[in-house]
Amino acid sequence: MNGTAVLHSIIDGVLTGSVYALMATGLTLIFGVMNIINVAQGIFVILGAYLSYALSVHLGIDLFVGLAITIPTLFVVGIVVERAFLTRLKGPERVVMSILVTYAVSLVIEGVLNLVFSSNYVELHAWYVNRSVKVFGTYLPYIYLLGFAMAVVMLTALYVMLYRTRFGSSVRASLADQTSAALVGINVKRVSTICFGLGVAVTAAGGMIYGATNAFNAASSYDLISRLLVIIVLGGMGSLGGALVAGITMVTIEDLVGVVWGPVWSNLSFFLILVVVLSLRPQGLFGKQSVRVA
Amino acid sequence: MTTLLSVDRVSKAFGGLHALSECSLSVEKGSITGLIGPNGSGKTTLFNVITGYEKPDSGSVTFEGTEITNASPNKVFALGVGRTFQITRIFARISVLENMLVATQRDEGWLRGLTRSKSSKSELVSAMEWLDFVGIGRLADQHAGSLSFGQRKLLELAYVLVADPDVILLDEPAGGVNLTLINEIADKILALNKDGKSFLIVEHNMEFVMNLCDRVTVMHQGADLVSGTPSEIRSNPLVLDAYLGGSDEDDVEDAS
Amino acid sequence: MPRLRNVWWLVALGALVLFPLIETNPTYTTIGVFTLIYMGCATSWNMFSGYSGYINLGSAVFYGVGAYTMTLLSDHLNFAGNGDQFWLIPVGGLAAMIVAVPVGLVALRVRRHTFVVITIAIFFVFQLSAINFSFTGGTAGLQLPLIPWLETNFNKPFYYAALAIVVFATLLSMAVRRSRFGLQLLAIRDDEDRAAGLGVKVFAVKLTGFTMSAFAVGMGGALYALFLGQIYPQFVFNPIFDISIALMSIFGGLGTLTGPLLGALVLESMQQYLAIRFSNGAYYLIVFGSLFLLIVLFMPQGIVVYLGEWRSRSKARRVEGALVVAGEAS
Repeated sequence: MNGTAVLHSIIDGVLTGSVYALMATGLTLIFGVMNIINVAQGIFVILGAYLSYALSVHLGIDLFVGLAITIPTLFVVGIVVERAFLTRLKGPERVVMSILVTYAVSLVIEGVLNLVFSSNYVELHAWYVNRSVKVFGTYLPYIYLLGFAMAVVMLTALYVMLYRTRFGSSVRASLADQTSAALVGINVKRVSTICFGLGVAVTAAGGMIYGATNAFNAASSYDLISRLLVIIVLGGMGSLGGALVAGITMVTIEDLVGVVWGPVWSNLSFFLILVVVLSLRPQGLFGKQSVRVA
Repeated sequence: MTTLLSVDRVSKAFGGLHALSECSLSVEKGSITGLIGPNGSGKTTLFNVITGYEKPDSGSVTFEGTEITNASPNKVFALGVGRTFQITRIFARISVLENMLVATQRDEGWLRGLTRSKSSKSELVSAMEWLDFVGIGRLADQHAGSLSFGQRKLLELAYVLVADPDVILLDEPAGGVNLTLINEIADKILALNKDGKSFLIVEHNMEFVMNLCDRVTVMHQGADLVSGTPSEIRSNPLVLDAYLGGSDEDDVEDAS
Repeated sequence: MPRLRNVWWLVALGALVLFPLIETNPTYTTIGVFTLIYMGCATSWNMFSGYSGYINLGSAVFYGVGAYTMTLLSDHLNFAGNGDQFWLIPVGGLAAMIVAVPVGLVALRVRRHTFVVITIAIFFVFQLSAINFSFTGGTAGLQLPLIPWLETNFNKPFYYAALAIVVFATLLSMAVRRSRFGLQLLAIRDDEDRAAGLGVKVFAVKLTGFTMSAFAVGMGGALYALFLGQIYPQFVFNPIFDISIALMSIFGGLGTLTGPLLGALVLESMQQYLAIRFSNGAYYLIVFGSLFLLIVLFMPQGIVVYLGEWRSRSKARRVEGALVVAGEAS
């Protein structure tokens, strides 16, 4: 272990962590507004990656240009799933049922992807995927930088939308309290649907970067969703800022642990941190003190 | 008269919001004590502190000489403090009779639950007696979730009673209930009081409180303002001020 | 009425006992063994998660611990391949219970939807540990001593051992439902804070239920290891197992006695059949996921409750209000 390796892992962690933060923000937005834990977020990321793959391999469309197609596609997929399955969930077990329903959706999509693309691992290719640039004495693949830039742009866009637009204030009102939001005339149902679509749409971008930096198949979704869930729980479920900070921190720590103690421990550290933190602070790092349900 | 339950200078803040500040209160053995005050004066928070659902920042709660300030809800209940909620809370997916049986154990080791059946004969008998007492005995086998609003209130009262607590805290027993049922509930409370049960009642219905209670405490902005007999309270100018002025703040009960 | 129900239980048990005597084709008796393992695990899972509403999506932790206990102990204790290891099955269950205590201490401190997430995280801790540490054999897996039985009769002891686990789990689940303890679990499901205010020691009750439910799942894992003769971390600590057990129980009817049995019987035998027929797991994922979604949309209470209500409706039409068929969910 040396200084350069540590620095490199921190830079790597922040760059890739920002992409995780983007995907986790989508997930936590969905939870905050709708009280739904979307376990299918992992397979949506993979679906996004496969769509980029199909566009680039079969039609020769550049990965970033392809986002103009994949992001709207996943937005629509999200809306369809929400309308078909999630609006029907009611009653006291709604949150837990949403986990199981989206898990089932995830299984179906996993099966379809396995049939269409087989379970062989694939990777996304482009000139910027394989070339690197030298920064602070370490080589960084262009795709890491581009991914970071894209995550920053999309997160900024999301925040601008949430804090500067009329729609954004309805979303934030629904995040704070659905009942009151409905009382002041916000169409919570429509806001929910659009938020679900948005929360899923960001996975198209995340999936493209994921696919360009990892070999993947449909089963990679388990690894992804488990990380995203850990991030949003640590960040405090429903907290956008928490997801952002936790996403970058966790991935950086994971990379650092990999350098310092070896890769065996890096995956494990991700989940162990959650277990330890929740034993000490059941509401997550940035979560509010749990509010008693009356 | 001896003091059964006493609250001594209890404070509780949620963030910057002081829900309770140095609030004191006592319930005499065998009395029916009323607790009134404008919305947001901290009545429900006080109930939560007494029954162990919230931990106070300072102050103490004593029941029959035992300090219960930081005791857990099940401990407080086991000692003999029963409580109903403003928004009625029953177990919706088990039967009305089973709702009653949840409460019959009061203070039984947790391992005991594994080795015994869910009801003994005597528990069944007393559960049915209390259901009959509140008048919903014929609904014993129905899912509690199918009960009407008023029936739920009665069930909640019955399953608190089945554990034979010494003092019962009622949070708005007359809220949202029709007049016939209000009178019925008042009658039940009086009958139970004759048998030696003490009550602490939060209620907005003034007539209900003034007719029923021996003593009334008025809360304002998280503290006890005055205590006295209903007639003393009625003629106290401070009380009128409390109700007319400065109750614009948000309802603390909802915030907690 | 109760007598009729008992008769049906006996008929079902009789059919399960007779199955390997009538159907001797090893392909089908193998399906039988797997199906019974899942029936036992689902019933045991439901005894905690179904009754309490705390959906555990990390039950493969118990399954895997059972499987590794069986494998490692038969190696360390020098069991020959003569079938004596069947005695290790309950030991696997006990090991799972021991693991369940610290897991429960961590996971049960949080609210119920965070509980689901944390059980998933703890599951991955176990899976990654099994892959990364050397005593588990890593991804290469571990072998058990070969049991040199004839192919024609090989499945029978496993089948009956699995059936014994199912009977055990069902009787336990039944006993819990009738006990004060079971009532406390149901009260926790409906309103945990309220239950605490009525004297229920909620944390102790949850931890006890969680730990008890680990036993039969651990036994299932131990039997699975013995049956296959080799184990791999990614198969005994399998996220599909976690979700399957849960979906099977909900498919049949969460919190009911027959629901998990029926759900596992239908879905696991279908999974095994599809695996043989298509040799591609993708079809199973699609069919399984879609079936579950259909059930949630059209019979949100699960098949058993739906059939119960349907039966009581048609009966009510015949005998006006004479009988109320109380759904087992009550």
